[in-house]
Amino acid sequence: MMLTLQFVPFEEVNSLGSEEKIEKLLKIVRQNKVVLMQGRLKPMEETRLIQKTMENIHKGFRGVELCTIFPESKDQQIFNKLRKNLVNLLVGYAQGLTIIGPATVIKEIKRNPDKIELLTRK
Amino acid sequence: MIDFLKNFLNGTLLQLFKKKKMIKLGLYGPPNSGKSTLANRISVDWLGEKMSTVSSIPHETREVTSKEEVKIKHDGKEINFNLVDTPGIATKIDYEDFLKFNMNKKDAKKRAKEATKGVIDSIKWLDEMDCVLVVLDSTQNPYSQVNITILGNLAARKIPVLVVANKTDLKKARIKKIESAFPQYPVVAISAEKGHNIEGLYEQLFKVIK
Repeated sequence: MMLTLQFVPFEEVNSLGSEEKIEKLLKIVRQNKVVLMQGRLKPMEETRLIQKTMENIHKGFRGVELCTIFPESKDQQIFNKLRKNLVNLLVGYAQGLTIIGPATVIKEIKRNPDKIELLTRK
Repeated sequence: MIDFLKNFLNGTLLQLFKKKKMIKLGLYGPPNSGKSTLANRISVDWLGEKMSTVSSIPHETREVTSKEEVKIKHDGKEINFNLVDTPGIATKIDYEDFLKFNMNKKDAKKRAKEATKGVIDSIKWLDEMDCVLVVLDSTQNPYSQVNITILGNLAARKIPVLVVANKTDLKKARIKKIESAFPQYPVVAISAEKGHNIEGLYEQLFKVIK
């Protein structure tokens, strides 16, 4: 089975409103492609994505597998924490990577802190 | 006139005050983590009756259910809760998964449809909560996106959270894994089914609400 990964740069979705952003991502997923989005969705957008996914479930679309990778430093030094907070303030949700795949193609995304496994269906 | 004022103060105003004091406590988590078993345990402890049906088939709870006036006492203090049991949050629902539980196709499809609505309702109710118990199955990998999304949303809404590592009676339970996955949250390990450490849960709950 061929797996299509579609890269979505942060700039391409950053200017969109939450609803438009989610629609755009789900449109790609409904075409049986796996989205690799630069950056992350905001927490409320993630739940909205789940709600929209549930609203769209039908015979050919059984939902999504979703995974966000965001490298979190365990460095507890005050200066490094402040620097990290400043970076978050400046670039915020542009950091990290979001993977969204159709559940009919992606069986499971296994995430442990330092590795990700994409298990596909037959 | 004085009687009217007295009645007003003792009645309407007192009721308003009482209502405000009732804390809406939500039980959230992925399907089959034991939310309804815990809701029943709490409800039986303080009201003497169960509030939800439980099953080994995922998405047994497909509607938000609540019990009002659940007065939990701990260490000489009492808090009045509105206990809200919610359907498990999932990113996918496939009716074929229910067929494995000897369900016929028609019932499986119906269950899947109701489950999708349940997920939507669970998320809608998030805004209503004053405090949330995020119930996780401690035999499962805690690093799932659903867990992260629920906790991220509660943090964004500034809702106090207590992570409940459930099913500690099972051999595969890994409480440390949950603690290391979510170090920023208090974690309490329990078995809702067996009733293990429910006192510990109430103790932590009172700390979280303070």
